[in-house]
Amino acid sequence: MGDQLMNWLIAIIQTMLFVALAPLLAGWLKWCKCYLQNRRAPSLFQPYRDLIKLTRKQPVVAEQASWVFTRAPYIIFSATILAASVVPLIAVNLPTSASADVIVLVGFLGSARFFLALAGLDIGTAFGGMGSSREMTVSSLAEPAMLMAVFTLSMAASTTNLSVGITHVLNDGLVLRPSFVFALFALILVAIAETGRIPIDNPTTHLELTMIHEAMILEYSGRHLALIEWSSQLKFMLYGVLIANIFFPWGIAETFSLQTLAYGLLVILAKLAVLAIFLALSETLIAKMRLFRVQEYLSFAYLLGLLGMLSHIILEASR
Amino acid sequence: MNIEQQDFYTQAILSLAALVGLTSFLMLGQGRLLRLIFVFALQGGLLTLTTALAGYSLNNHHLYISATLTLMLKVIFIPWMLRREVTQMDSHRNTESSKNQTALMLAGAGLMVFSYYVLHPIVQTTSPVMLNALAVSLSVVLLGMLLMITHREAVAHVVGFMSIENGLFFSAIVATNGMPMVVELGVAFDVLVAAVLFGIFFFHIRASIDSLDVDRLNRLNEVDK
Repeated sequence: MGDQLMNWLIAIIQTMLFVALAPLLAGWLKWCKCYLQNRRAPSLFQPYRDLIKLTRKQPVVAEQASWVFTRAPYIIFSATILAASVVPLIAVNLPTSASADVIVLVGFLGSARFFLALAGLDIGTAFGGMGSSREMTVSSLAEPAMLMAVFTLSMAASTTNLSVGITHVLNDGLVLRPSFVFALFALILVAIAETGRIPIDNPTTHLELTMIHEAMILEYSGRHLALIEWSSQLKFMLYGVLIANIFFPWGIAETFSLQTLAYGLLVILAKLAVLAIFLALSETLIAKMRLFRVQEYLSFAYLLGLLGMLSHIILEASR
Repeated sequence: MNIEQQDFYTQAILSLAALVGLTSFLMLGQGRLLRLIFVFALQGGLLTLTTALAGYSLNNHHLYISATLTLMLKVIFIPWMLRREVTQMDSHRNTESSKNQTALMLAGAGLMVFSYYVLHPIVQTTSPVMLNALAVSLSVVLLGMLLMITHREAVAHVVGFMSIENGLFFSAIVATNGMPMVVELGVAFDVLVAAVLFGIFFFHIRASIDSLDVDRLNRLNEVDK
């Protein structure tokens, strides 16, 4: 019983770490990008300051707004936190990740996105509706590709549970799997599309016509905006952790001693930092894509996922 | 046999085979010539790696020579030459948007499945590694053909042709544990000669129809339809 309680405690601490570290990752990414583009970087803790500043401000809500508009940020934030609790950050075999699998994770993210799109439509401005429709287009194309990539892992480990799957990859040791190479690329492409980064969406744009994510949240201000910003940072970190821990799980804690947990935290921070450097590099080198080429990009991601699955069945399955 | 039970060499060869297949897909989806040539060079690099790995694990030293030749010809010389020709003829800004990219990609995936289907009967007589390497190289050959059919620029045709040769070379390396040195040298120089000849052809085509778009060759009819 005490053991059980301890496990839940660690799971809660892990989720809180997730929530607390997400702005730091966003700050680090911004720092890398600024460095690469010869600009002076803001402090690593700038996202925290922004969040604090936004929570202090009074939110301004349009007169036409219904209850959806004011409740949506809370629903989105809590759904994203629940999604984050499913993903193993520093340790596997935690009760939260044991009780839900990848499909639940995709479901949490999907419901968060659903409410975000509703909130975009709610005010009735042209940009909000446009942003919502674009977001839904992109995500309806991205979701199958993501599931395809994750199913490759599921087929290799014969489970859809992330924690069990990661343990399986860990126990196999260093195995070069062609299917994982494809799935890794597919998941990276999907992660870029889903978190609204270049080349799909530019998170720092000021031109409404090219916005996707930003167009939906144009009307938000104050603490509502802070919650939405925070949950998109959380979602970004979630995808980063997913990529890092599925394909490079070494270092994650399998037992719950203080030492292994601290080591796991350090390792995941290092992995995320490296991932962010690669992302900053690609964002600096690549220009944003036209909206109508997004389906080509995502069908390529889907194709990669499909090839990963095929090469798992064909190249790796036992005969 | 599961992949976890294979030795590291086999895993590496299988991964390289998958990556070679991937580069073929990348070439198929590429609209810009310079990027197409870059991906072609990448495929050459993967072939070099495969050859060197085969040489190392089979303790077959003349494969290193073959790897060096591949590196020099397919990674450095031919891409450099094609690139120079493309920039000289000022066609590096042309984009070629094929009409249905997604259908093309799905056709490519279909060809890959087809090549596995065709080679499946061989599995009884050989190891699974051989089957996979052969299947991937057959699909590289077929994808190269698809590339030649669907692209309009003459340079893309040459790249498709060279990637067909890459597919054959890959199967030769993996399936035969290295061909005799004479054959490898002969193939390498054939490729070199072909590349030079293609370069001359480019200039001829361009001189006669003022473009490298081979679709225009259809308009050489006396009666304009």
